[in-house]
Amino acid sequence: MAPAAAAPGAVVVVDYGMGNLRSVWQALVRVAADRQVLVSADPEVVVGAERVVFPGQGAMPDCMREIELRGLRSAVLEAATTKPFLGICIGQQMLFEHSEEGDVAGLGLLRGTVRRFPAERMFDAAGKRLKVPHMGWNEVRHKRAHPLWKGIADDARFYFVHSYFVDPVDSACVVGTTDYGLPFTSAVARDNIFAIQCHPEKSAVTGLTLLGNFVAWKP
Amino acid sequence: MGLAKRIIPCLDVTAGRVVKGTNFIDLRDAGDPVEIARRYDEQGADEVTFLDITASSDQRDIILHIVEACAAQVFIPLTVGGGVRSVTDVRRLLNAGADKVSMNTAAVENPDLVAEASAKVGNQCIVVAIDAKQVAADRWQVFTHGGRRPTGLDAIDWARRVQQLGAGEILLTSMDRDGTRNGFDLPLTRAVADAVGIPVIASGGVGNLRHLAEGVSEGHADAVLAASIFHFSEHTVREAKEYMRGCGIEVRL
Repeated sequence: MAPAAAAPGAVVVVDYGMGNLRSVWQALVRVAADRQVLVSADPEVVVGAERVVFPGQGAMPDCMREIELRGLRSAVLEAATTKPFLGICIGQQMLFEHSEEGDVAGLGLLRGTVRRFPAERMFDAAGKRLKVPHMGWNEVRHKRAHPLWKGIADDARFYFVHSYFVDPVDSACVVGTTDYGLPFTSAVARDNIFAIQCHPEKSAVTGLTLLGNFVAWKP
Repeated sequence: MGLAKRIIPCLDVTAGRVVKGTNFIDLRDAGDPVEIARRYDEQGADEVTFLDITASSDQRDIILHIVEACAAQVFIPLTVGGGVRSVTDVRRLLNAGADKVSMNTAAVENPDLVAEASAKVGNQCIVVAIDAKQVAADRWQVFTHGGRRPTGLDAIDWARRVQQLGAGEILLTSMDRDGTRNGFDLPLTRAVADAVGIPVIASGGVGNLRHLAEGVSEGHADAVLAASIFHFSEHTVREAKEYMRGCGIEVRL
């Protein structure tokens, strides 16, 4: 996991110091056995990657601050506009323009806002209160076909842990939705970008399938 | 359809081996933690929890190498607890591959630790484990040090407090039921689950599949945790989920 130059075909996980990337790295190593998988905070390594995974956990304002402090913004923007690019959790949220969490600006690659689950909507069909964070295995409904859904059933369950979700302006970018009190966008895609709110690295075989599809993806 | 109720096998670990006691005494050896975790993943477990049950009392170091080995092979969430006393301990476990870290005694002795840790690593990573014993009708007290030391804290008040401090989840164990196989303390579970807005995992007392379903349907738990019924192959996790689905509970199958 030490920083190193990216070899041809390398998958690079962007490390901006916000938590444990070991799970993401381990899962990618599992599905990309013939490729180099690096975790790196070095903008040059990110730019030199064949494909980039942009994870995230914690609070979005902290994540944005660390990306700026580590000089990673331009490398992430370049990767997100030129390479197969996978955003996970906060890594999905940061692609949008703005978040209600800490009233912070995102990277603005996709139009829309990151919103908190609204307390007044957090009830199930039986009227029982739903808890926030949304934690556990929920279904992702495919809104349209995408190469990263290959081998993954419509409504397959993934592991989620989050209190905020993306609300895109452009509904054409929505590739997956999930119900929790309200239907929310759980996966988006545009060109070379695919981003998902749940954690494929923690979603057992289903998640590994998605990561394997990403490693093989030729957008 | 929506969020599934979770089934979480718990591996009580000491000296690198999985054990399960009766009321935390009389430990029986049930095997290698990584092998068992992998078996549970294959059976469809929603998460796995490791509790280093002797760490808190013996000041034993935490089980980092087991966590590392598990994280390399098991791609479902892993919670680790036992002997966590500082933000440094939390970070070491997360860096080894844990997804969530559970704290119990240290949270009671130093509630600021919950706030500090959740601010640093995110509340989704912080689980507060509450060991409770009934002291009167509808009254439960929090115990620490593996259930040996009373704290004077009311379990429901403490659950609300840890939510305010930043806990992302509560692992609630009935000390009266743990190891008895008589089922969860359902009034306790329901009282805590209804009192907080964060997920509650019911623990302590599961002896059969009906108990698991009751934890959700009557205890209002978001997840149910059990050890011995899975370790000794009385039931697989899949059987447990099929049973719960038959009770009308939404599960991942």
